[in-house]
Amino acid sequence: MGYRLSNEKFNKLLDGLKGEYKIYAPIRFPKRGRFSDTDLIRYGEINKVEDVVWIEKSNYSPKEIVFPITQTLFYFTEDEFKESMVHNKKILIFLRPCDINGMRRLDTIFLNNGPIKDVYYERLREKVKFVMMECKDGFENCFCVSTNSNYTQDYSIAVRFTSNEVFCELKDESFQQFFSNLGTEMNFKPEYIEENSVKVQLPEVDKITTEFFNHDMWKEYSKRCIGCGRCNMACITCSCFTNSDIAYEENPNAGERRRVWAGCHIDKFTDMAGGHSFRQDYSSRMRFKTMHKIYDYKKRFGEHMCVGCGRCDDICPEYISFSNCINKVSKTLKEDESNAQ
Amino acid sequence: MHNNPYLPQKMRILDVYPQTDIDITYKVECDIKPENGQFVQVSLPRIGEVPISVSDFGDGYMEMTIRKVGKVTNEIYNLQKGDNLFLRGPYGKGFPIENYRGKHLIIAAGGTGLAPVKSVINYFYRNAHEVKNFDILAGFKTPQDILFKDEIDLWRSKFNVLLTVDNANEGWEGHLGLITKYVPEIEIRDLENVEVVIVGPPIMMKFTAQEFLKLGVPKHKIWVSFERNMSCAIGKCGHCKIDETYVCLEGPVFNYTKAEKLID
Repeated sequence: MGYRLSNEKFNKLLDGLKGEYKIYAPIRFPKRGRFSDTDLIRYGEINKVEDVVWIEKSNYSPKEIVFPITQTLFYFTEDEFKESMVHNKKILIFLRPCDINGMRRLDTIFLNNGPIKDVYYERLREKVKFVMMECKDGFENCFCVSTNSNYTQDYSIAVRFTSNEVFCELKDESFQQFFSNLGTEMNFKPEYIEENSVKVQLPEVDKITTEFFNHDMWKEYSKRCIGCGRCNMACITCSCFTNSDIAYEENPNAGERRRVWAGCHIDKFTDMAGGHSFRQDYSSRMRFKTMHKIYDYKKRFGEHMCVGCGRCDDICPEYISFSNCINKVSKTLKEDESNAQ
Repeated sequence: MHNNPYLPQKMRILDVYPQTDIDITYKVECDIKPENGQFVQVSLPRIGEVPISVSDFGDGYMEMTIRKVGKVTNEIYNLQKGDNLFLRGPYGKGFPIENYRGKHLIIAAGGTGLAPVKSVINYFYRNAHEVKNFDILAGFKTPQDILFKDEIDLWRSKFNVLLTVDNANEGWEGHLGLITKYVPEIEIRDLENVEVVIVGPPIMMKFTAQEFLKLGVPKHKIWVSFERNMSCAIGKCGHCKIDETYVCLEGPVFNYTKAEKLID
């Protein structure tokens, strides 16, 4: 079922939803961008449709809603552990197909990797319903069509924003009550992007051998990558974290155990007490991340991890292009294969 | 929350056994029944949490041998009998003891690498009839670094134990040199019925494995145990991943046919 709502009516819809839901969408933080006089676009709670930045790509993904940058696991008072709590509202997220597909990768790691579920992820994730933002044209650096993540049916509502009205497809009947008396019924089906200007050739998993891990093609990244980890932070599918304890300054008998986002590009990711460490060269970190996104995750779970949102390319201060890197992997494998014959 | 896997249990320290100036074995009261070679997450609230291998266990107790080497272990070092440690686990896959029964078992351990295999050695010490032969190669940096001295002496009564140190002052009358130097001295009569366990620093495991391969030991008869940075121990945090393998889930014990392909 579809609805056509003026922005004004859509805001009434949001008002109705706010009683039950925390509503997240990409929003603008003016002058907070990477360069002077640029804005930052990342996820935050919205009050009205005008808050939603749908005309640009967000710099960061919606993963922080279900996997917060910093999350308290326990509070300590001396020897007692007390679990942290979460709000009691449901969660509605406005996001594009690539990010919905990315969320499924997060689900795989947090809920299905190994026999034990991550309860901190699960307790937020089970609250979530998706409002898919139609994405017909994509943005600079997007390559979701190549990674098959330009399409999804996993949403409760799909929306097309225009300057003064919103077209909605309603799939989840539990939202019907909120739409009643608001808009004009119509047939609306979202459209999907069918071609990006950036295309990648994903390598065939069985063509990659352990020898390729030490291939010379990785060497260029030892100087170009500076190990800042912005690609990890911007990525919808990067799910690594580090647990650490803190004691409160005012009262060191109390404190908390937290988890904080971590990234395989960042120093100390593999450090162990006593001095052992792995992947000290930045090129090996680039290789490690690349292989995870387009090789080993697929070996383990049957689909590629990378969803082609291109945020890593957007954010890299050294202008390293991940799509170029993927294409280089495929090209190098082909060249090596033909040289071997 | 139900079944919060991150929630540790408070466990009382029944005894502490200093091994060296910086290594202490902690015996804690607990009903965890680990497999040989598994690990646990040990924590102190407000300090942090670290993965530690189980060095022995029995009815109602478990032992961990912990080196004072970082933020958390420096604090653990100050704990006394009667104090508490916080534990969750056990985690990972241990040594496949059943594969070793009736075989010629060789264990080569370097430094603290002896801790995760000590329970395997003690199992066969108590059940010596279950192995055909048993050679133990243990290497430490100096005589002052030797762990489990009393138990090593006990093992000598039943098995062939070769204890070596990399460096020693005058007065040391035992073997001198790296473990790799002594591997060729082990007599392996039946290459099909041998099982080799190698645990130690990465470089030690690499070169020791090469020595055994030179002797003709098939790769699938060699077992190693890995150590990696870990936060969660349940396959989520990503620190211990190598290729598609999570050391906390599929390891820390690996058959060499798998381990040789794990490139960090």
